[in-house]
Amino acid sequence: MEHQRPNTLFDKVWDRHVVHHRLDGYQLLYVDRHLLHDGSSEGFARLQRRGMTIRRPNLSLATPDHFNSTASASLIAIQDPHKRSLVERLRDNAKREAIVHFAIGEIEQGIAHVVGPEQGFTLPGTTVVCGDSHTATHGALGALAFGIGSSEVSHVMATQTLWQRKPKAMKVSVEGALQSGVYAKDIVLRIIAELGAGGGVGHVIEYAGSTIRSLSIEARLTICNMSIEAGARAGMIAPDDVTFDYLTDRPRVPQGESWEKALRYWRTLKSDDEAVFSKELRLDASSIQPMVTWGTSPEDCIGINEKIPVPESFSSTDKRQACERALAYMDLLGGKPISTVAIDRVFIGSCTNSRIEDLRVAASIAKGRKVTVPAWVVPGSGLVKREAEAEGLDRIFRDAGFEWRQPGCSMCVGMNGDVGYRGERIVSTSNRNFMGRQGAGVRTHLASPATAVACAVLGRIASVEQLRGH
Amino acid sequence: MKAFVLLHAKAMPLALANVDTDQIIPARYLGLDRADQVKALFRDLRFCPRGELIAAFPMNQERFAGAKILVAYRNFGCGSSRENAVSTLLDNGFECVIAPSFGDIFYNNCFQNGMLPVVLDGHRVSKLIDLLTNDKELMIDVDLNEQSVRFPDGSMDHFEIDTFRKDCLLKGIDAIDLTLSYISEIDAYERDHFIERQWQS
Repeated sequence: MEHQRPNTLFDKVWDRHVVHHRLDGYQLLYVDRHLLHDGSSEGFARLQRRGMTIRRPNLSLATPDHFNSTASASLIAIQDPHKRSLVERLRDNAKREAIVHFAIGEIEQGIAHVVGPEQGFTLPGTTVVCGDSHTATHGALGALAFGIGSSEVSHVMATQTLWQRKPKAMKVSVEGALQSGVYAKDIVLRIIAELGAGGGVGHVIEYAGSTIRSLSIEARLTICNMSIEAGARAGMIAPDDVTFDYLTDRPRVPQGESWEKALRYWRTLKSDDEAVFSKELRLDASSIQPMVTWGTSPEDCIGINEKIPVPESFSSTDKRQACERALAYMDLLGGKPISTVAIDRVFIGSCTNSRIEDLRVAASIAKGRKVTVPAWVVPGSGLVKREAEAEGLDRIFRDAGFEWRQPGCSMCVGMNGDVGYRGERIVSTSNRNFMGRQGAGVRTHLASPATAVACAVLGRIASVEQLRGH
Repeated sequence: MKAFVLLHAKAMPLALANVDTDQIIPARYLGLDRADQVKALFRDLRFCPRGELIAAFPMNQERFAGAKILVAYRNFGCGSSRENAVSTLLDNGFECVIAPSFGDIFYNNCFQNGMLPVVLDGHRVSKLIDLLTNDKELMIDVDLNEQSVRFPDGSMDHFEIDTFRKDCLLKGIDAIDLTLSYISEIDAYERDHFIERQWQS
């Protein structure tokens, strides 16, 4: 028998989904799962202009998240009539196409990348796409998941496939025990700092190593979520017992004999020992500090006890200029310790950090303390919200002075009007500190939920350690 | 889709790296109709908070009026998947972007809209940006068939592009139409796929 070439996890999932392989290298890839949200109306419109309908409605799932209000879980709370119509259009399109749809106010509604795993819609070994760059999140369950544009959304609707060139495989290994106060968000920010915002372009990252294997699914979702911030097409983690335990009895997972059969297949989904990666990065977990961004790209991040860099510390002209520009926008002085910087507001939420585990960690630090700046907690879904309320987390947050909101993307992207004011400095558990991302002229510092609570209490950039020593 | 074959046009420099799609079109303009998004291109780079033009931004300079080629540093179009980043560039007359690298989703979105993304070596791009910034108007010839970029001084760069993307762009082929010609293969794939992995259906 011919010896088989060792494969990566990514190879195994990709190769199973190739419908057609052209001689010019392009491959027609089958799509198992398509997530739709209220920003997907252009995809529906393109399909309808062609007089077509969705090929496999049972492989799609729709939930509004971008434009809905987080002040009140109702359509009427969306004050801008055009934005409200986008949410209504998703509902109407889903009904016409017979797609599962979680309406505003329903307990299952939430951020698409929180809802997919939570419902068991995302499964190991599947291909998952969505017209949103943070689709990489779903790779935490061993799926190959990536974001697409609206033309590709309509292509998937019409054909359940996509034309792709196979990306390269990269491996990021994290080994050892994390220091206390260091979370998944800090791991991924550190990885982005190492790779750079474009370091993953053209690659799918597999996260591996003892540290990654010891993480919960919620933490793994946080890591895969920000793969795109390193420029990677997708991020993946081999499914294991942690994954299978997480999926057990979720609403959309296979049951009985089907589950057993699926499980046998899922257990084969890991990189072979001799598999070759085109790029590798190894990190020692004990070297990872709580991280915070100082600039306007997610690669602009440092340990929370470090100093803001000075432009002269960068070797290339374009990086020096980018640093100068970022410091000017952020109104920061290079050379100053980042933890002296006063802040105006805190946002805990987004597809990066709005799951139950994030809220538990945040609440454990907020308990018995008071925030000194306006601070929001926006749960990732109605189910996360309900679970948090059952555990009394909402009470802890409210007592500490946080606002407890309705599920949605909210201040991560501000498309629903949840934005800061010009010049405002926000510590945010979201994924992008781009200029204007949280509102025109708003300054964003990315951090973990634990760090965000410490900042909210002290009114400046601060670590949990600094809060405890306060 | 509109085809892209040849372009003889003025180029505009954007001496920035990691230009994310939020810079190309800020999220607050995404809810609007396409016609209303035209003016949102590079909104926060082009205008002061109070609405005055920022004179130093190339788009605000007379000498770059009518430019159809944009030249930028590495990782252009990173970040959000919004296809409006491509359509708004197109609606402002840009048909080609030259950079050392691109965000993957932006790069794919270009091909769905008749826009040509050209990857050139970082040193060449830096030189070109310097030339455009310090010197004069530059007319550039981009030839997709030849996969070449020609400059007025006679120098020429070759660029790589996937044959599949090149053919689709040269002919203006719509990807859905193309894929529908493979429909029997998709049917066959689905039959096996859902027998073997019935739990996914």
